[in-house]
Amino acid sequence: MKSGARTRLGGFVRVFGWPILLALFGAIGLISALLGDGAWDVLSWAGLAAPVLVLAWHVLRPVR
Amino acid sequence: MMSARAIRTWCVVHKWTSLISTVFLLLLCITGLPLIFYHEIDRALGYDIEAPPMPAGTPLASLDAVVDASKKQIPGTYIQFVSWDPDEPDQVFASMAKRPDTPTDENRFLVLDARTAQVLGEPPFRSTFMFFLYRLHVDLFAGLPGKLFLGFMGLLLVGAVVSGVVVYGPFMRRLDFGTVRTRRSRRLLWLDLHNLLGIVTVAWVFVVGLTGVINTWADLVFKFWQANQLAEMVLPYKGQAPTQQLGSLQAAVDTARRVAPGMTPSFVAYPQSAFSSQHHYTVFMRGETPLTSRLLKPVLIDASNGAFTDTRDMPWYVTVLLLSQPLHFGNYGGTPLKIIWAVLDVITIIVLASGLYLWLARRKIPMDNEIAEATGTIPAMEKRVPQVAE
Repeated sequence: MKSGARTRLGGFVRVFGWPILLALFGAIGLISALLGDGAWDVLSWAGLAAPVLVLAWHVLRPVR
Repeated sequence: MMSARAIRTWCVVHKWTSLISTVFLLLLCITGLPLIFYHEIDRALGYDIEAPPMPAGTPLASLDAVVDASKKQIPGTYIQFVSWDPDEPDQVFASMAKRPDTPTDENRFLVLDARTAQVLGEPPFRSTFMFFLYRLHVDLFAGLPGKLFLGFMGLLLVGAVVSGVVVYGPFMRRLDFGTVRTRRSRRLLWLDLHNLLGIVTVAWVFVVGLTGVINTWADLVFKFWQANQLAEMVLPYKGQAPTQQLGSLQAAVDTARRVAPGMTPSFVAYPQSAFSSQHHYTVFMRGETPLTSRLLKPVLIDASNGAFTDTRDMPWYVTVLLLSQPLHFGNYGGTPLKIIWAVLDVITIIVLASGLYLWLARRKIPMDNEIAEATGTIPAMEKRVPQVAE
């Protein structure tokens, strides 16, 4: 029972871990530029660029 | 683990919300791409109007001189709005109409020098290609019904995003994040790309889609505000004929600045115009930080005598609308943010197009079998002949 629940959680993290992390980065990116200029803008660019960079790495890495 | 039946239902939701809206979402993404750079493109095409350089600290002309110059420039018209652009401190804009209360669709737009009150020009914004794209993007040249229609397509997008995230789970159960199977069929390659591109951009697409939907309700939101909070604020004027003899605009703006210290005028709506009452200059004040510069606080000044009538914070529904604008346009974090906006938009176009391709190139097998194959579950309803792996 307990190990079954753990497996289920493990499966969820395996499938949705990266998407949730990247969505959090995206959300930080969307909000931070509203809060201030300068460093807030830079944080915004980084947050929204992170998903794009991860995407590029997976699409462009050598063909398996 | 979801049941095969639940997965099937979510797949059907994803298929139909996407199929109905895809053509319009492609139109929105494609027209939206250049619109991210509306000002930059207009500038490059030479449509923008520059104020001549003058020594820093040159005092500003009276707004009453601005009003006189505007009326002289286009005789027989009425000013509906006077506005400012934080990026163009030397300029002031006048929006002119045939009547004080006509809808703004036909308004003419003058650019004036804020320091000399001289008319700098009338940008040809309605005849530009960018404006054509803008109308396609905003209302398909169909006014409010067009806006609401596109808003409904945006709601379908939200449904497609949510259902897409739900079915991402079972479809990725046996695959690592980021798997792109390049050596199998073309269909499988595009399925993997559709899943990866879609899930990685999901936060941005959700926010831009939802704020786009909210923006389609802008006209209705401001009408509602006018009929409720604004109507309450001008209750003492109920039943009076609209103010015809207008007093000093400069005095009205000075009073508004005193009433709302630390704030800057964003625009003034004249009596009878779309954002004011029958009797007031409504001076919309904005803050100075990136966030508060998007929020507006109306200050009502009696247009006949310049007396202060009332000021209140906007209700939550107007604030939500005002915050939806930057989050949809991507114009609140400098040029790098606009470039990222454009990249994410292009990725979204690929997600839409690949989704359409996956439907067109669908295999002639029942959906249950395809779900079973992808997720490793056996269809619940009946036993089927196992599919030969691709």
